Amino acid sequence: MAQAIDWSADVLREMKARDINTLCTIPDGGLTRLLNLVSEDQDMRLITLSTEEEGMGVVTGQWLGGKRAMIAMQSSGVGNCINALGFPGVMRVPCLMLVTMRGQWGEFNPWQVSMGQATRPVLEAVGVKCFPVDDPAEIAPTFAAAADFAFNSRLSVAVLVSQRVIGAKGFGQK
Amino acid sequence: MSTQSSNKLSRRPFVAELLKQRNGALVVPGLGSPTWDCFAAGDSPEYLYSWGGMGLAASTALGLALARPDKRILCLTGDGEMMMGIGSLGVIADQAPKNLAILVLDNERFGETGKQKGLTGSSTDLTQVAKGFGIKTTMIVTLQSETQALADLLFRAPGPVFAVAKIALSEDPWRLPEKDGVTIAHRFRVALGIEQA
Repeated sequence: MAQAIDWSADVLREMKARDINTLCTIPDGGLTRLLNLVSEDQDMRLITLSTEEEGMGVVTGQWLGGKRAMIAMQSSGVGNCINALGFPGVMRVPCLMLVTMRGQWGEFNPWQVSMGQATRPVLEAVGVKCFPVDDPAEIAPTFAAAADFAFNSRLSVAVLVSQRVIGAKGFGQK
Repeated sequence: MSTQSSNKLSRRPFVAELLKQRNGALVVPGLGSPTWDCFAAGDSPEYLYSWGGMGLAASTALGLALARPDKRILCLTGDGEMMMGIGSLGVIADQAPKNLAILVLDNERFGETGKQKGLTGSSTDLTQVAKGFGIKTTMIVTLQSETQALADLLFRAPGPVFAVAKIALSEDPWRLPEKDGVTIAHRFRVALGIEQA
């Protein structure tokens, strides 16, 4: 049953299992629970950014200093990151991103459609490996696999969480 | 030969004098001239040379400062690079790492691309911007004689600290360090004992 799955708690557990102790973010509605869990957890650090590409800098600095960090953002924020993704990329610093999608599954806001539809093509154009997921039960396992891929291969990776998931869990509850 | 167009600080000797006092601090130079300045002062694996990623020097230094609280971290960048990542100052103020210092070498120009005028030459006061973001300790340096006080601030005062050095527009000899990113990152991590040589 979809409503029995607490994918945010499961993702946090997978982060901790891999010593990913810092999460950088510009928030999105679908990330609310994960961000709250991280900010309430004494072993985790939440870094609120002013724009998403700062996450590429923080992740790079963390990794160069021997720590693991990642970024969580909405798909619109991916557009802010494209040039910045070359920075960890050229140093083979693993850059792990959790992206909640907009502009795809039943989007009601036409201003979200352009970047939402472009998210995966532009990420792949700059060499980021994409792991799309549209089933809540598959988010944490996909995240875990993507994280291992990123840190083992030292490449940039994005988990793209479908708006189908976020819409089912988030919208309409206000 | 270095030529200088005003009586402001001359960047190469100024940076060299500062770095003599870094005492093990790790340096994150911004792309372009600050990277060339560091290399010209003497190569070190503790300098994270950058040839790209404009706007990311301060956030990179933040990530490093939080990862290595045992080390002092200096972000040494230019005015255009700082402006592109200006929001990072808000993130730095929020995280408030005590071991992080930022120095902007401010020639009020986009030096690498033809010396076009930048925003700090007219309306923007970067130290006021930093204060507005919540970085309480700031300094503006215009004289070589202030180098010691600046070094004390950058390498010893409780962070985060933010300083601006008004430097002359100059034509300095090209001094280009390693440009392979994997090599730069690897030797940096080796120097920190994270990776095997």
